[in-house]
Amino acid sequence: MDHAVKAEGLTRRFGDFTAVDRLDLAVAPGEIFGFLGANGAGKTTAIRMFCGLLAPSEGEAWIDGLSLSRSAEAIKQRIGYMSQRFSLYDDLTIEENIEFSGGIHGMPRAEIRRVGAALTARLGLERARGRLTREVPLGFKQRLALGCAALHRPRILFLDEPTGGVDPLARREFWDLIYETAAEGTTVFVTTHYMDEAEYCGRVSIMVRGRITALGSPAQLKRQTGGATMEEVFLRVVEGGGERGGILPAADGAGGASANGAMGPGANGGKEPNPGGARGEEA
Amino acid sequence: MEPPAAGEPRAALAVEDLRKRFGENPALDGVSLRIAPGEIHGLIGPDGAGKTTLMRIVCGLLLPDAGRVSVLGFDGVREARRVKQDLGYMPQRFSLYPDLTVAENLHFFADLYQVPPAELSRREERLLAFSGLGPFRGRRAGQLSGGMKQKLALSCLLVHRPKLLVLDEPTTGVDVVSRREFWEILQGLSREGVAQLVSTPYMDEAERFDRLALMHRGRVIAAGTPADVRRAFTGRLFAVAGADLETAWRRLRAQPPEGMRMHRFGDRLHVRLDPFLDPAALAESLRPLAVQTGEIEPAIEDVFVALAQGEDASWTTR
Repeated sequence: MDHAVKAEGLTRRFGDFTAVDRLDLAVAPGEIFGFLGANGAGKTTAIRMFCGLLAPSEGEAWIDGLSLSRSAEAIKQRIGYMSQRFSLYDDLTIEENIEFSGGIHGMPRAEIRRVGAALTARLGLERARGRLTREVPLGFKQRLALGCAALHRPRILFLDEPTGGVDPLARREFWDLIYETAAEGTTVFVTTHYMDEAEYCGRVSIMVRGRITALGSPAQLKRQTGGATMEEVFLRVVEGGGERGGILPAADGAGGASANGAMGPGANGGKEPNPGGARGEEA
Repeated sequence: MEPPAAGEPRAALAVEDLRKRFGENPALDGVSLRIAPGEIHGLIGPDGAGKTTLMRIVCGLLLPDAGRVSVLGFDGVREARRVKQDLGYMPQRFSLYPDLTVAENLHFFADLYQVPPAELSRREERLLAFSGLGPFRGRRAGQLSGGMKQKLALSCLLVHRPKLLVLDEPTTGVDVVSRREFWEILQGLSREGVAQLVSTPYMDEAERFDRLALMHRGRVIAAGTPADVRRAFTGRLFAVAGADLETAWRRLRAQPPEGMRMHRFGDRLHVRLDPFLDPAALAESLRPLAVQTGEIEPAIEDVFVALAQGEDASWTTR
C-alpha cells in the first residue's frame, strides 16, 4: 500500500538558509500524525511543499503515492488543507461557505447538498445555516473550516495549527471531529503548539532546524527521553538538538544534534533556540 | 524593578463587584478579585467570558458601569492617570515598531513614560539581560521570532517599572520553549514584587498561577489556587483504555448515555458523569469490551470544559 505522505531527502532553501533539510518521513494511511517543532523549525515550509504550493530545492515527496514533482495538480485533488487563518468567507453564510468549498473541489451540486447537510447536522448548525459566518463563534468556525476542508473526502488532511486561539472546550470538540474524520479513512497530518494535543496523535515527529530529530508514538518518545509529558519530551528533544548543549545525548539517531549544531546561528547567547524571523515560514 | 517596601499592606489590584454592559449583553456581571504584590493571577475562560473587558477596565481604558477598581491604593477610575504610572498593559495585539530595532523600541517606550536618559541606560541593560535579548539589541523587531517579540513587548512594558502587569494572552501562538522562557521571566518579576494579571488559553500554564479565576459569561465561576479550582469540578471523571478502545469510542459516540460526556485523548477516553449518575451505567454501556475503566482526578481543563459545555451548545439554538 502507498504511504499517505512520504518524503526522501526533501529539502527547501531560501537563499542560503535551509528551511527544510533532507527530510525523511513516511506516514501510513489513516494515521493521525503530529508534526511538531518550535516556531520557525520548518514545519509550514514542509507542509507547503506537501500541498504542492512550494517546489522543493532537492529531494522528493509522494502524497497518496503520487510524486510531488510530476503530479502536483493531481495531488491537490486528493488533499485538504486548513491553517490557522482558515479559508472561510466572513461575508458568506455558513451554507454558502460549504457550497463554495465543494465547488472549488469540483463536487457535483447534489453531492455538496448531501454532504453539506450531514456536516451542518454534525456540527449542530442546521438552524444557523443562513447566518453570516462572521457571527459564528470562533470554536464553531474552526470546526466548520475543518468540515469544509474535508468536504470532498480528501485522502490526506493537512492541518497547520488549526486550534490557535480557541478555548479548551472548543479544542476538545475540534479533536472529536478529527477522530471522526480519521475513522472514515482520512489521514490527518497536524501541527500544533499545544502539547496536550500531541498526546492525541498516533505518532508525532519533532522538527529542529529543518530536520526531524525525534519520531514515534507519544508513549515511545516519553520512554526514549524520560519525559513524563509531551511538553517535557519536546523541551528535551529541542534543547538536545539545538545549540544549547544537550539534555539529550541524541534524540533519535536521526543525526540531529551534530548536524544542527553546525548550522545554528551560534552567536545568539544560547538563549533563543529559534531566532527565526528570517526563517522561511514567515517569508 | 526594586522590591516593594517591606510590609506593603495594600493589594496591588483590588476589583469589587465590577459591572459593564455592551448594549443588551452584560460583559461583566459582578466581578471581584484581589491580587497581592508579587502574585501571578490567572484569568481563564472562553471567548466572550469578559476577560479582556476586565483587563481594559483595570487599565483605565474603559469605564465600568458600576463597581470599584483600586490599583496600589489609587482609584482606577478617578485617578486613572496616576494609576497608569504603575501599570503595564500588553493587549492581545501589542504593537511593536517592526522597523525599529530592539533598543529603539525600548527607547521609544521610555520616552512615552518620560524615563530620564541616565535612568534609561541602566534599566535597558537590566531588561536586555533579563529577557535574553541583549545579543539582538540591534535587530529590527520585525525580524524577531514570535517568542522574542513577546519578550521585547514585555520589556517595553517594564521600562517604566510598573508594579502591576496586565497581560492578555501573552503566550498565544508561541512555541513550548519560548513559552517556558517567558514564564521564567514572569516568575522573576514576581520575586521582585511585580503583581501580574495574566490570561491564557494554555491549561498547562493554568497550573502555574498562584491563584486564578475561571470566568464564564461575565462572572467568576471558580477562583482560588489551582487546587481550589480543581475541587470545583462537579460529577466524576473516568478514563477508559484498552484493546477495544476503538469500539468503545464508536459505541459511546453512537449512543451517548444520558448525563455522560466523552472525549477521546489518543489511546484513551475521558468520560465525565453527571453527579446523579451511577458509575455502573458506564461499565454497563461498555460491556463486554476489553477496556479498563478507572476514576481519575480532574485537571483545571476538565473543570473548565464541564462548566463551559452547556454554554457552547446553546449558541446554535439562540
